[in-house]
Amino acid sequence: MVDSRKYIIAFVITTVIFGTAIFVSNLLNQKKLEDVRSIENRVALDILSSETQFALLEETSCRDIGPGFLSKELGSLGEKLSYAENQTEFNTEDIEYLKRFYFLLEIKDYLLMKRLTKKCSIEPTFILYFYSTKDACEDCERVGYVLTALRDKYPDLRVYSFDYHFDVEAINTLVSIYKVKPDLPALIINGETYYGFHSVEELEEIVPSLKELIIRAKAV
Amino acid sequence: MDIQTLLLYISLFIALFFEVFLLITYLEVYDELSFEEKHIGTNIEKFPSVTIIVPCLNEERTIQKTLKSLLHLDYPKDKLSIITVDDGSTDGTLRKLNGFKKHPQISVLSKKNGGKHTALNLALEKINSDLVGCLDADSFVNPETLRKIIPFFDDPSVMAVTPSIKVHEPKSILQYAQKIEYSWGIFLRRMLSSIGALYVTPGPFSIFRTRVFKELGDYRHGHHTEDMELALRMQKNHYKIVNSHMAHVYTSTPAQLPALYKQRVRWTYGFLNNAIDYREMFFNKKYGHIGMFILPIATSSIFSTLYIIGKVFWANLMRVYDFFVRIQTIGFDLDISRLSFDWFFFNTGIVPFLTLSVTMLSLLLLYLAIKLAEGKVRFSKGILYYLVFYVFIVPLWLTKAVLNTIFKKQISWR
Repeated sequence: MVDSRKYIIAFVITTVIFGTAIFVSNLLNQKKLEDVRSIENRVALDILSSETQFALLEETSCRDIGPGFLSKELGSLGEKLSYAENQTEFNTEDIEYLKRFYFLLEIKDYLLMKRLTKKCSIEPTFILYFYSTKDACEDCERVGYVLTALRDKYPDLRVYSFDYHFDVEAINTLVSIYKVKPDLPALIINGETYYGFHSVEELEEIVPSLKELIIRAKAV
Repeated sequence: MDIQTLLLYISLFIALFFEVFLLITYLEVYDELSFEEKHIGTNIEKFPSVTIIVPCLNEERTIQKTLKSLLHLDYPKDKLSIITVDDGSTDGTLRKLNGFKKHPQISVLSKKNGGKHTALNLALEKINSDLVGCLDADSFVNPETLRKIIPFFDDPSVMAVTPSIKVHEPKSILQYAQKIEYSWGIFLRRMLSSIGALYVTPGPFSIFRTRVFKELGDYRHGHHTEDMELALRMQKNHYKIVNSHMAHVYTSTPAQLPALYKQRVRWTYGFLNNAIDYREMFFNKKYGHIGMFILPIATSSIFSTLYIIGKVFWANLMRVYDFFVRIQTIGFDLDISRLSFDWFFFNTGIVPFLTLSVTMLSLLLLYLAIKLAEGKVRFSKGILYYLVFYVFIVPLWLTKAVLNTIFKKQISWR
């Protein structure tokens, strides 16, 4: 005769351990999402502040724009979102919402950067990067490594990465403005579109102003 | 949730459930264990007659030591006899056996090679003692081993008693690892004993009432695991098997991987095929814990172990691949100042927490197992070898045994 009491006790204890694991995991994952959300809010505020500052530019000069003019957190925000996206535990809807917000922030930051470079006659130091999460794209992964390495090397370089297939109207508009084909990865540098893999050295050649970034950073 | 994640959760839940079940069982029998450790075998009033069969096949290196250990058993000489059976050895085993021929307690039989079960059966024909046991010719007993087994037969319902098997003089890394594995086996068997769910009566020194063979028949081939087949046959007929964890037997274990691999393929293959033969016991209330829980979980653990280790192996392989792609793409650039320890990038998924729980409980059970087997726990290199190497080598024999079972491919003894 099987003593079912022991099975019930074992089942209850196992369920409690299981439940605790699920609870702790959810709690920490929620905390991570809140972390991303608060960075997004900070970036949004930074952009608003920069836009306001930019609007005032009419009355000030380019010299008044310090190195902290644009938000510093966009890069780390992207890294965190890309990590969270690869984890199965996060709520897909939450991640999609945060991604949408992130892409829009990127575009706003990009527009601001573009206006700034034009107004102040600065050499552009930003890259638009289109990748795919829908199809297997090995080169996207490799280009991702290259861009991260470049950003590590040139902290002032602004890389705006966009999921080509993500359903955001503003991304579709960017795609049609630059006529980006679905032949990914694609990089847009100084209005030129480059497809496929490019090494760190190749990109340094393509964006000569990168070198200036270091000089500028040292001067500051 | 995809099917893979669901499978992983189910596997982890079952593993956790089994560990909790074992822990509860341990707490239940704690007092019993202490009693056995202090008193078992100290006050035997009636010594039943015992015959030990020693089947041998090419065991010239160890047979003398095996027989001497039996002759040194602390047991009345007139109540203990030994039958050795040479199963057609091609080395000097028979010559060594003949050297013991004049000993009053030992008789020597010889036959053409036919497998271990045939050697045991030949000896069984000649037995009329109360109890009968078997000792593999590469195993050795302590003088008090039999005395630690006999008291269990005071319970008339007990039909067989299994011992605790330990590794004899470990020398190689694998043998040290097996020593820890055997400690785990000692713990598991003692726990299974207390719920009446032992499914092996190991070749080294399991002792039976002689009537078991008269009533249930002789040893069978049992897919090269006659000790497992017999235990399952006994369980099917509701014959009680218990374990005496204080009865220590030492067995020679494979020193190198190929021999260990072959032995474990045989064990796992034997288990799977005997489980198929006795499948009607599965989820059958009539057979209590062994039918409802132990046989199903032992079978499913083979597959879940393969699944979990396969998944972990694949994930790490992908990680290594990504690492190489990264190096190939941007070169090796380890700048410690750039390494960040942001908690955000720690995996806080459910699976890591569950794996952590299973691992912690496994370590706790391993601690209790070593304590039960050795009397005390101290960190030894065997623990390290066991924890490091077994993860890699266990899937090898599990896979081979499963494939052989699926494709009905026979395995060999050696």
